[in-house]
Amino acid sequence: MKVVVLGVGNTLLTDEAIGVRAVEALQQRYLLPPEVNVIDGGTAGMELLESLEDLDQLIIVDCVRVGQPPATVIRRIDDEVPAFFRTKISPHQLGISDVLAALRLRERFPKRLALIGIQPKDLETGIELTPEVAATMPKVLALVVEELARVGVKVVEKA
Amino acid sequence: MSKRVTIDPVTRIEGHLRVDVEVEGGKVKKAWSSGQMWRGVENILIGRDPRDAWAITQRICGVCTTVHAIASVRAVENALKLEIPVNAQYIRNLIMLAHAIHDHIVHFYHLSALDWVDVVSATQADPAKAASLAQSLSSWSGNSVQEFKKVQDKIKGFVASGQLGIFTNGYWGHPAMKLPPEVNLLAVVHYLQALEVQRYANKIVTVLGSKSPHIQNVAVGGVANPLALDSQSVLTVERLLAVKEWIDKLDDFVKNVYLVDVAAIGAFYADWTTHGRGIVDYLSVPDVPLDGKGTQFSMPGGHIANGDVSTFKAITSFDDKYFADGVTEAVKHSWYDYSSGNDKSLHPYQGETTPKYTDFQDDGKYSWLKSPSFYGKPMQVGPLAHVLTMFAAGHEPTKKYTTAALDLVSNIAKTKVGIDALHSTIGRHAARAVRCAVVQDELVKQWDLLLANMGKGDLKTFNRPVFPKGEQMGVGFHEAPRGVLSHWVVIKDGKIKNYQCVVPSTWNAAPRNEKDAPGAYEACLVGNPIADPEKPLEVLRTVHSFDPCIACAIHVMDEEHTEIVKVKAA
Repeated sequence: MKVVVLGVGNTLLTDEAIGVRAVEALQQRYLLPPEVNVIDGGTAGMELLESLEDLDQLIIVDCVRVGQPPATVIRRIDDEVPAFFRTKISPHQLGISDVLAALRLRERFPKRLALIGIQPKDLETGIELTPEVAATMPKVLALVVEELARVGVKVVEKA
Repeated sequence: MSKRVTIDPVTRIEGHLRVDVEVEGGKVKKAWSSGQMWRGVENILIGRDPRDAWAITQRICGVCTTVHAIASVRAVENALKLEIPVNAQYIRNLIMLAHAIHDHIVHFYHLSALDWVDVVSATQADPAKAASLAQSLSSWSGNSVQEFKKVQDKIKGFVASGQLGIFTNGYWGHPAMKLPPEVNLLAVVHYLQALEVQRYANKIVTVLGSKSPHIQNVAVGGVANPLALDSQSVLTVERLLAVKEWIDKLDDFVKNVYLVDVAAIGAFYADWTTHGRGIVDYLSVPDVPLDGKGTQFSMPGGHIANGDVSTFKAITSFDDKYFADGVTEAVKHSWYDYSSGNDKSLHPYQGETTPKYTDFQDDGKYSWLKSPSFYGKPMQVGPLAHVLTMFAAGHEPTKKYTTAALDLVSNIAKTKVGIDALHSTIGRHAARAVRCAVVQDELVKQWDLLLANMGKGDLKTFNRPVFPKGEQMGVGFHEAPRGVLSHWVVIKDGKIKNYQCVVPSTWNAAPRNEKDAPGAYEACLVGNPIADPEKPLEVLRTVHSFDPCIACAIHVMDEEHTEIVKVKAA
């Protein structure tokens, strides 16, 4: 079993940091079994390719723009996830979407895919989350834990 | 009648780089390059501990993480006049060089090759002919007929299913696409192989930097890698031997695939040696320091005026006054306000980052990027600048690989192609491949130096910084994959008082400066052909040849499907 929880986002742009902050919190609050690899992906692209190959499950936590009120938390699973990326894949700039496309091209795509997305309130320059988005943390973590359970990975909260 | 074409975004993410061109008679007459997002990251740093700046600045950009970390610690060390252990230089050098190789390979194959290579045409190729062509050019083991056939079948499957995946949104069938189907197939095969190979470069960064994509091992005063000849928990000889294995795998690909492909593709686009010349004042900085102070470098750098290598003036140390005194930034055409007036430029130590947004004004302010100058003139920076300045400095490996690349192009094109051809759109790609080969050799050399020094019993990697009372100023520069990067720091009583980053894409993508002189993109676009204003592939070719990188700072995903390239032809 190989699972990755990947937090992505730019930590200098206020709520864009939520994905990174969430995976940090996950590691602080939970005891994770060795098959779970937690990655702070920042705004990286192809550097992530190797860590994401041949996974049983990939859980991405990211700031998303879905036309919902700020601090809305959404979950998309498996086939629903690439819909996010459909028009974002281009030969001209690489990001997570392109890494997923490259995994597909190399036939090393994750068996299961989940995206936990958080609608931002503020994307100005700044290194603190807005209180509204910071308050979504328990919900975001609960969803990650639920997704892990979906592939039979049990995690325990640290004492 | 002239026609205005707006390309926004030029890169994947909306709102970062916008290019406007005025087209007349099938050619670009005037161009504007506009950064569409306010950074202001520098303001976050004010008041912070200078030892933390590198960790914050490496988050500026997703592609260039390590380069900002390196420039930042160098700036603080320069301010403190702090020498670092030579092992720390070697380890930083290895990280930088491996990162550069990663960056150059990914840029060519995954970010820009598809401006020149038609994926759909590759499905029409004769795989046996394509493989035989590839074998005639190089000894690379991945050039078998079976491999070519396998990749072609895969691409055919993607095309048939209507899911081109990573290849969506290419300008397939565009009249400016000139490669025969076999060369297209060759490039697509190597595109896929490059995905595999780039991982080795990244592994090197990960092992030495303790983590990827954001390295953890850098510190003001050196690196945090404890070195050991035997212990398990630190950077051991055993781990370094693994690094050497990856270095060797990269070597094969860089020299037998990347350099060869660029020459082969370039030979079919000989007309592009006459487009994209623009600014031929070049600036680079020396890098790969060999001593703790930064007074000796393995790769030279400096300035060339008017494209004439005989005018070369070297930059020679981390304390070089010629460099530090020459850099200024203007905001006459940028959405900022200087307290002393916008008609003058400011030195980065006195730099100000006060936003003042207006609309896009052709003759006024139109960009969030400032406009840097070197002694009052805009510069072109990047691999072309670096290769030309190293060539001018008589750097042997640079001369060797430049000559080899030009000879190969000449053979394939059956006409003599000289170094002047490099001042062009396709020349920037060639120079990047040459630089990659030079960097590759350097990687081997730095590995040897580190092992030899450890063998002498020197395992020191860190000198503790001391922050005196009062004010200190320092600059840290780095010849990054996209060119000259400099961080400028003013420290007061141990805290950051001012911080400015002058990044490579600011030099190249800059708007007009205080004297209305255009930036490198703007100048290089003038005269570019445009076959079809609705599909301005030629503009993208020239801009992408610089490896633009102001698009990676933000990447909010978007379910409301927006178009990748909005072309407004008005």
